[in-house]
Amino acid sequence: MYYLKRIAFLIPLLLIISFLAFMLVRIAPGGPFDKERAPASPEIERNLKAKYNLDKPLLEQYWIYLKNLMKGDFGPSLKYRNHSVNDIIAQGLPVSLTLGIMAFLLAQGFGIPLGFITAVKKGGVLDYGGSFIALLAICIPGFVVGPLLVLIFAIHFGMFPVGMWETPLHAVLPTLALGLYFGGKVARLMREGMLGTLNSEFITTARAKGLSETQVLVKHAFRIAVLPVVSYSGPLLADLLVGSFVVENIFRVPGIGVFLVNSSLNRDYTMVVGLVLLYAVMLLVLNLVVDFAYSVLDRRVKVG
Amino acid sequence: MAIVTASTKQPTGIRHWAVTACVLLVLLVTGCRKLEQRADLIIMNGAEPESLDPAIVTGQPDGRVAGALFEGLTRFNPKNAKPIPGIAERWDISPDGQTYTFYLRTNALWSTGEPITADDVVYSWRRALDPLTASDYAGQLYYVKNGEGFNTGKTNNATGKVYTKEDVGVTALDTHTVKVDLEGPTPFFLDLCAFRTLAVVPRQSIEKHGDRWLMERPLPTSGPYNLDFWHIHDRIRIRKNPLYWDAKNIQNEIIDLLPAESATTALNLYETGEADIIWDKNLIPSELMDVLKGRDYVHTYDYLGTYFIRFNVTKPPFNDVRVRKALALVIDKERLVNNITKSGEKIASCLTPPGMEGYTSPDGLGRDIELARKLLAEAGFPDGKGFPTFNYLFNTSEMHKQIAVELQAMWKKELGITMELRQVEWKVYLSDQSKMQFDTSRSSWIGDYVDPNTFLDMFMSGNGNNRTGWANPQYDELIRQANQERDLTKRAKILHDAEVLLIREDLPIAPLFFYVGVNIFDPAKVEGVHQNLLDEHPIWNLRRKDGRSTSRPSAQKLAASP
Repeated sequence: MYYLKRIAFLIPLLLIISFLAFMLVRIAPGGPFDKERAPASPEIERNLKAKYNLDKPLLEQYWIYLKNLMKGDFGPSLKYRNHSVNDIIAQGLPVSLTLGIMAFLLAQGFGIPLGFITAVKKGGVLDYGGSFIALLAICIPGFVVGPLLVLIFAIHFGMFPVGMWETPLHAVLPTLALGLYFGGKVARLMREGMLGTLNSEFITTARAKGLSETQVLVKHAFRIAVLPVVSYSGPLLADLLVGSFVVENIFRVPGIGVFLVNSSLNRDYTMVVGLVLLYAVMLLVLNLVVDFAYSVLDRRVKVG
Repeated sequence: MAIVTASTKQPTGIRHWAVTACVLLVLLVTGCRKLEQRADLIIMNGAEPESLDPAIVTGQPDGRVAGALFEGLTRFNPKNAKPIPGIAERWDISPDGQTYTFYLRTNALWSTGEPITADDVVYSWRRALDPLTASDYAGQLYYVKNGEGFNTGKTNNATGKVYTKEDVGVTALDTHTVKVDLEGPTPFFLDLCAFRTLAVVPRQSIEKHGDRWLMERPLPTSGPYNLDFWHIHDRIRIRKNPLYWDAKNIQNEIIDLLPAESATTALNLYETGEADIIWDKNLIPSELMDVLKGRDYVHTYDYLGTYFIRFNVTKPPFNDVRVRKALALVIDKERLVNNITKSGEKIASCLTPPGMEGYTSPDGLGRDIELARKLLAEAGFPDGKGFPTFNYLFNTSEMHKQIAVELQAMWKKELGITMELRQVEWKVYLSDQSKMQFDTSRSSWIGDYVDPNTFLDMFMSGNGNNRTGWANPQYDELIRQANQERDLTKRAKILHDAEVLLIREDLPIAPLFFYVGVNIFDPAKVEGVHQNLLDEHPIWNLRRKDGRSTSRPSAQKLAASP
């Protein structure tokens, strides 16, 4: 029941988001048809605006948009005039999803064990070494990591291609460039969670019961300590799934991350609203999944 | 599923990992796009095309692909970008230069087999002019009689009726003959016939599919290539059209045109053998030009483009020509091209670039600091005293910024006046410039055809590209006269006089330098990329010399590359 209610709540929320996105993007100066070369007569621009209904009052435009949206049609792209927004998302999203999921798994697979170990070995060499690596991953942004990876692994050693998206080999470097940063963040969260948990009373109780240290750490502490990571995972995954502008640009990955930034620079109104909605749906759904995961992991959390 | 598996991960054994691994594998296989065939030539083509519809395209990357798919009555000579016969095998020009009769090839076929007829030409031109098509470049057809009237929905004064497509001066005399009536003698009309906007497009597909007609497969094309697929932001693949009238001279079977945003990525792909040609100026990393210039695969050449400053002549103090001259006179242009652009650009004192046959640009103002100071003092600002702080509008780009900073320093040092940088993103820049919301503004212009008119007509009063507020009836009259003049020597003289007004007398603009074109390819491997003023490289003329096998999968290629 609780989840049904949450899902039902998504619809008005998405309506509000679409309305805000639709109106906000119009505030930006300039429009989709501002070109370096002025059309030969002002009528040409008028024709263009009429063609895409941009000459109608804003509210009416929104109403037309909404009606099409109900039919699952995000409208034509105003920049890429032979493509619809649906086309572009359908072509780019699978690529961004693949890259995003792999980067997500890398972030978790790298961050969780690293955070776990650095917390357990707190103050030791492993802690300092591991924390340093995590910090490094966080501090170096993607636009530095990407070219560095290309320079070392693609150009110097020739192990991987420098860019494009064809074979699994092509996916390695972008995944690293995208995933390492978040891996670092996950490691930090995991470490904090673990340190906090290890001080709690139920851990003392578990130890007092005579459980082995492994059992205490893995069975009791981990489940609670991983919670901050889980709640971070929802928005993180939503971020990763819609693609990354920087990484897709550097490795020439044909995802939709590039459009996230460019569509607003291009004033491609329909594309902006379409992508905002896509991101909103992902974020809301994933947060729902996170809440569900919470209730499974921590029995103290009750839904409803 | 993978989402849940991952975020609720519990150390319960190998099964979870196995599931995850399977999901990953499936994702990788489905998410990556493997190509069965490697193309004969892979070209880094520039930004993702906004469209491939000849009537819609405006950008150069778009036009290069559209030009491979659709041909006009004429096409570009690959060497010098002059018009040579295309779908029309020959033509007659009336003595007054206002009527052209084109004779179409009888062996010109659509890639789907039907003959290309005079009706197709008439349809294509009317469509480009149709207000419903909303073509940005419809102006290229304003030289055709009543083209402007139809496009802008004007009323014919003689009949009192609104112009319709039937009024446009293009008619099919028979299946293979097209008659074109022009508004006036247009010496560059054959050049225009090779321009994308005037290319012949398939009526049936367009009427059936509307804006999405390019998605039809098989897509009927009139040019040397067919469109295999178009994956946005990924790859456009074109394949030789065996029914093209000149198919025997098409050198490559499959060509891939890759869009890219990052110049370094493009260069990396070239260096690792993943691309054979980079031919878009935006994909040349100018910060590396120092290093690149010495390499034998980098080819630079004169290009029909000028970088200049626009003054807003409607606002004081720039409404005073002495002020505009003073600002122009102190710019050290050599410094800009030597320290910033670095690709071998030539400094400019006039607007029209050198190299246009039959036209010699006038000399503009040089560098004269004494004169500049004197002019500024005469305008009421001795030593820059009392000169208001003004802005310099430019769009976000490292190069434009560096130039702006240099200009700021030069004007401060030599004239004692203060300029503020106004860096804005592209669309804001365009919008502010066309609304004249600036004092001075970075500008550039790339010619559409090899004739001074492509530069000079934009400063006629009321032209949408003028964007300076400058209006000089004498200038307007000269340009009009020039385009009515049949004698080419006389015409060149008139255009010359007009340009003198622009760059010596009134100075609504200050030219800085001429662009150079840069192509990257290995002449030992690739043939047929000729350097010309328009940066036009017809795709049908390209040829691989080393004859790469066409069925080599990319994975193997990767393993083999260093």
